[in-house]
Amino acid sequence: MINASLTQLAALLAQKKISSVELTSAYLDRIARFNPVLNAFVTVDETASLAQAAAADARIASGAAATLTGIPIAHKDIFCADGWRTTCGSRMLANFVAPYDAHVVSQFKNAGMVSLGKTNMDEFAMGSSNETSYFGAVKNPWDITAVPGGSSGGSAAAVAARLAPAATGTDTGGSIRQPAALTGITGLKPTYGVVSRYGMIAFASSLDQAGPMAKSAEDCALLMNVMAGFDERDSTSLERPVEDYTRDLAQPMAGLRIGLPREYFGEGLSDEVARGVEAALAEYRKLGAQTVEVSLPNTRLSIPVYYVLAPAEASTNLARFDGVRYGYRAPDYKDLTDMYEQTRAQGFGAEVKRRIMIGTYVLSHGYYDAYYLQAQKIRRLIAQDFTEAFAHCDVIMGPTTPETAFDFGDKSSDPIAMYLSDIYTIAVNLAGLPGMSVPCAIAANGRPIGLQLIGDYFSESRLLGIAHQYQRVTDWHERMPPNSEQQI
Amino acid sequence: MSLTLLDVKRVARLAHIAVSEDEAAIYQQQINGVFDLIAQMQAVDTTGVVPMAHAQDLNQRLRDDIVTEPDLHEKFQSIAPQVAEGLYLVPQVIE
Amino acid sequence: MHWEIVVGLEVHTQLSTRSKIFSGSSTVFGAAPNTQASAVDIALPGVLPVLNRSAVERAVQLGLAIGGNISRRSVFARKNYFYPDLPKGYQISQMDHPVVEGGSLTIQVGPDEKTVRITRAHLEEDAGKSMHGDFHGMTGIDLNRAGTPLLEIVSEPDLRGAAEAVAYAKTLHGLVVWLGICDGNMQEGSFRCDANVSVRPLGSGVLGTRCEIKNLNSFRFLERAIEYEARRQIEINEEGGTIRQETRLYDPDRDETRTMRSKEDAYDYRYFHDPDLSPLVISEDWIARTRAAMPELPGAMRERLVAQYAISAYDAAALTASRATAAYFEQLVAASSGEAKLSANWMMGDLFAALNRYELDMAHCPVSAAQLGRLIVRIVDGTLSGKLAKEVFEALWQAAGEVDAIIEARGLKQVSDSGAIAAIVDQILAANPAQVADYRAGKEKMLGYLVGQAMKAMKGRANPQQLNEILLQKLN
Repeated sequence: MINASLTQLAALLAQKKISSVELTSAYLDRIARFNPVLNAFVTVDETASLAQAAAADARIASGAAATLTGIPIAHKDIFCADGWRTTCGSRMLANFVAPYDAHVVSQFKNAGMVSLGKTNMDEFAMGSSNETSYFGAVKNPWDITAVPGGSSGGSAAAVAARLAPAATGTDTGGSIRQPAALTGITGLKPTYGVVSRYGMIAFASSLDQAGPMAKSAEDCALLMNVMAGFDERDSTSLERPVEDYTRDLAQPMAGLRIGLPREYFGEGLSDEVARGVEAALAEYRKLGAQTVEVSLPNTRLSIPVYYVLAPAEASTNLARFDGVRYGYRAPDYKDLTDMYEQTRAQGFGAEVKRRIMIGTYVLSHGYYDAYYLQAQKIRRLIAQDFTEAFAHCDVIMGPTTPETAFDFGDKSSDPIAMYLSDIYTIAVNLAGLPGMSVPCAIAANGRPIGLQLIGDYFSESRLLGIAHQYQRVTDWHERMPPNSEQQI
Repeated sequence: MSLTLLDVKRVARLAHIAVSEDEAAIYQQQINGVFDLIAQMQAVDTTGVVPMAHAQDLNQRLRDDIVTEPDLHEKFQSIAPQVAEGLYLVPQVIE
Repeated sequence: MHWEIVVGLEVHTQLSTRSKIFSGSSTVFGAAPNTQASAVDIALPGVLPVLNRSAVERAVQLGLAIGGNISRRSVFARKNYFYPDLPKGYQISQMDHPVVEGGSLTIQVGPDEKTVRITRAHLEEDAGKSMHGDFHGMTGIDLNRAGTPLLEIVSEPDLRGAAEAVAYAKTLHGLVVWLGICDGNMQEGSFRCDANVSVRPLGSGVLGTRCEIKNLNSFRFLERAIEYEARRQIEINEEGGTIRQETRLYDPDRDETRTMRSKEDAYDYRYFHDPDLSPLVISEDWIARTRAAMPELPGAMRERLVAQYAISAYDAAALTASRATAAYFEQLVAASSGEAKLSANWMMGDLFAALNRYELDMAHCPVSAAQLGRLIVRIVDGTLSGKLAKEVFEALWQAAGEVDAIIEARGLKQVSDSGAIAAIVDQILAANPAQVADYRAGKEKMLGYLVGQAMKAMKGRANPQQLNEILLQKLN
């Protein structure tokens, strides 16, 4: 059952073959068993989860169930959830019990899904390995000496290890897709503005976007049906008609034009990842798709642009953490300024402070035009690259990451090396496009490889269909990490 | 372009983050590493390119002028570091 | 050396919306601390701003009223600085693309008019309040005011001295209240001025180094702060010193300004486009609808009153001090069957005096325009003399009833019966033979004495014109 799809779980619940309380208890048991090693969850509240499960059972019994009522889900600890500790992976919020629900959380609550708890993450979503979390790194279930990716590493590990059937994530520069790739699960970053950011703790507001992380594209589509949609509390939320994200799942692949960006297959890509991606492309060709080479010439610039824009926005988004109204306040200080400075020095970790300082610098007087404005201009060039590429193809495919999951400590002392590992994912956020990662191989070292799919604006449903057709003929998405087989 | 130790301290002060001399030196080295990366941007000719601030080209949506928010100050202040008589307390502000 | 004082004002007007500029919290003044501070206002992690349409509409009204350019596309920016009453660590404001650009305001300087150029007006959010009371030596923060919409109206340095600055501030205050976009309550901080003050040798075309004096919340403080600051700068200059550009605070208790902060890091606000808000686009249609719904502006109304009612420019200015006053005047003219001059005189005389005496504003005037109009009708038709009319006005003020009933009840009706007046005149002439003789001998001032005696005998109710005529007739 731990490998059951959301559709299968929904059927079991609807047929009363299992109750939500039983299902939730089973996952809570797995969390209790595996989390001490994996550290995927920061907060678990069995009483609260079981109460939600009991309510879901009552709703099912009353005949008022929605599609996913009674199914458990784990939330990245970046989403505020009323009454739940919401830490964002930071000491600054280590004791912050959120007094309200994020839009995404309330959507899942309204759908009757049961919260299993809050998943670990890089501090304020700044990181690609989960090593920046105040609560310690998450371990990759495939190999606990490897990172799970970041920043949604806890959600990725939880789904990969089958500690949760589904999870939420957020993606600012690859934070859904990269950990999905490194842990062998499926994740979708929607078009910017499709999922409300209300209640999602901001990192870089113009790039942040929430999305689903699950075992399969089909599961992601069902989760999108719950989490996507207009929210008047987010000024950047898009007013669009309600979509059924499962509508294109059965679309055939014949005639599909897959664009392969030259820049995603060059220097820096490991041979093994290249082979995994090639094998997946061969499957697509078998299904009737054709591949065509495209170019995204400014890819190389996406990293410097990102490391100007994201820290700039973050430096002011994180100014509210000042020890005045909530969160950490330093115990000793001389005066007001010292209170601020000590609180922020102690409350934030090194990576967060580094980015705040970079962001503060690029916005400061005399440097704005050279850095911030220049980065915004190149951001447009990067977005235009995609527009031109989509004139020649329906979907872009390539690797999600240049290599499989690296070992702990490999890059944590070298921020630049860490930043460069996001080379294939960042441009998608800058352009605001939807992107996915789908498991497509397992390397010789036993670590998963992800295939990235990038669609044009608002093509989530099509992307999910393209991924689903691949998952119909392959079983990479059903593979589980070793030692996670104990059935429930 | 590289930051001096003084730049690093100035930025830390602007960001209200306390840094020791040793930390400032480490930050200086790391941040300059990032700026070496960022320097790649400088050579790009962006003449005539309109800066892109948002992923979507939207107009600001407007809200009707209606009071919708209840008084939740007790709930909000239950997680505050220090409060008294409904006020958030901070070290004395000197103007 | 003679010095010229150069002043530019930045006026923060709180816009009179029901809810805040970026949240649905109430803006009502005076609530218990933090009871009107929502998740958005206290900047909980994850919250986002959504712009209030009414705040924008009010900014457009001001822009139209000053003849400014309404930006069809304006942008919100973050102004970054740390302060405990600024919950996000930045203020959402406008920098490069404000909602209103340009415009002007005409002010009265003594007998002359002067046009003051307005640089811009931009929307922003207010901060909370710091309470420096005794909380074990700490400061208390109330965020009820945080997020109240502000329109910051910035003038060019066109004002020469404190008197002009005050005249500008008063005119602007009158305008925003007239438009109904601000309640104008200065005690509650609805209208606050920052003054940029510099001095230069008279005749110099170059501006001196300026100091900004923050948060002047009364016209008196504005005047005194500018006067003090100008004196301070002149003294420094005359002693050969240099003025430092800085922000200063006015201390009303000591009547002086003092340094708040100098131009260093504190000024690096790191403005940038707020990524949580999209550009504010204002359509032609919206501007046209706003323009159509706007009240007649005070300047235009003054000109119309002069032309339509043949009153003086001075009277027209006084009668357009507020929309309520102007409306009262026009109602009064109508109720008095078109007696514009009398209406103006009565308002600017007895009515304003009474309002002043009781510290009431026009909106709370106990005498309605219909009542006062009736009073004027009774003067015109001879029922009341000017003197009796004042008595009736007093009675109206005390809510003693309607005009005709008061006249009736108190027997104030003027006697215009010539027979009755003639009878009294005969008595007076008979009783004062010496005075009559003096008059006839050429002492014309005796006439006044005889009129007074007759009026006294008739308890002041005689029609004075008739009395005069009859008396003259009988004497000659």
